[in-house]
Amino acid sequence: MNGTTAKPLTALRRTQTYRDIARALWEANPVSKQILGICSSLAVTVQLQTAIVMSIALTMVVALSSMAISMLRQWIPRNIRIIAEVAVIATLVIIADEILKAFLYDISKQLSVFVGLIITNCIVLGRAEGYALSNPPVRSFMDGIANGIGYSSILIGVAFLRELLGSGKLLGYPVIPEALYKAGYVNNGLMVLAPGAFIVIGLFVWLEHTLLKKSR
Amino acid sequence: MENLINIALNSVFVGNILLAYFLGMCSFLAVSKNMQTAAGLGVAVIFVLAITTPVNWLIYSFLLAPGALAWVGLPDLNLSYLKLVLFIATIAAIVQAVEMVIDRYSPALYTALGVFLPLITVNCAILGASLFMVERNYTFSETIVYGIGSGSGWALAIISMAAIQKKLRYADVPEGLQGFAINMITTGLMAIGFMLFAGISL
Repeated sequence: MNGTTAKPLTALRRTQTYRDIARALWEANPVSKQILGICSSLAVTVQLQTAIVMSIALTMVVALSSMAISMLRQWIPRNIRIIAEVAVIATLVIIADEILKAFLYDISKQLSVFVGLIITNCIVLGRAEGYALSNPPVRSFMDGIANGIGYSSILIGVAFLRELLGSGKLLGYPVIPEALYKAGYVNNGLMVLAPGAFIVIGLFVWLEHTLLKKSR
Repeated sequence: MENLINIALNSVFVGNILLAYFLGMCSFLAVSKNMQTAAGLGVAVIFVLAITTPVNWLIYSFLLAPGALAWVGLPDLNLSYLKLVLFIATIAAIVQAVEMVIDRYSPALYTALGVFLPLITVNCAILGASLFMVERNYTFSETIVYGIGSGSGWALAIISMAAIQKKLRYADVPEGLQGFAINMITTGLMAIGFMLFAGISL
């Protein structure tokens, strides 16, 4: 890149890292694909706070596991790569779980088993298998971050709607004015229950299909 | 006894591992298109859950739980943080072993279930059931009932989903809703149906 007259931004756009991140965030981030990784954590989307903590935990696990596996990729034998990958991921998930227990005990109680279930999340293993095994560590790390953000955007989106409509709060603070309740507005109890999450996701995918068709 | 019936009913209906805790969605969405494969996978999940959850209970209570190693003279040891790694390894090993045993003794069953068994290792419902069992402090008999119950609940959900999808093929679904979106909404409606059982209490 040195010596060219290109502006910094254009030079940045040409790098492999930029293209990979853009791909992970836009082109390869349809809700319906991310859902496969999200469904196991839909149970934490009743509140925005737990969803955000879960998103941070998953993003860190996917980024660090991609980096670690990418560093080890020369030494992992082809035949036992899945076991090696699961071992790396499980170790990182345990560390994340212990950190949450130490510093955010109340939230870790609410997240209950769902942090542990990051191990079986398709996104984490999918990135290790599909990207980290054939790319250098720094790029794998960025790819993990980008995929984690793609996952987080949908998880937090669902949690935002569920907490707003279900309990009239955001991050625990009431946002719907009292006057509205006095005028007869009621919280939608369905959103707090499990079926609410399924229906919100269904509507998300519908919206996305409609928007994508218009842009084409 | 009443307690066991309560756990069984709860794990099949109200606390259905799929419809209330969203576990095992990947294979649920991928395999629910065909009645026969859905039933096959359902049976395989019941089978694997019925074995792995009690085995993981034994491992947890005699090796990992705080103070569990008192029988070798190490009462202060708490290895419970190792449960994630050990549970997933046990599940993978048991699924592999079950696959080999079935292949050896019942080729007919193997052709019916064989393809689904590797899928099951990564099914979060299996690991989820083991983790819930620890979190809720179940006893051994409760664990057995819970394992079979949540397997049956999962099977019931996937089989009903396959039946609904069969009918859905003739329905006039709006274009953007077709496929994935309508499946999620149907699952949501099914979850509402299952929640009605919350009225039953013993």
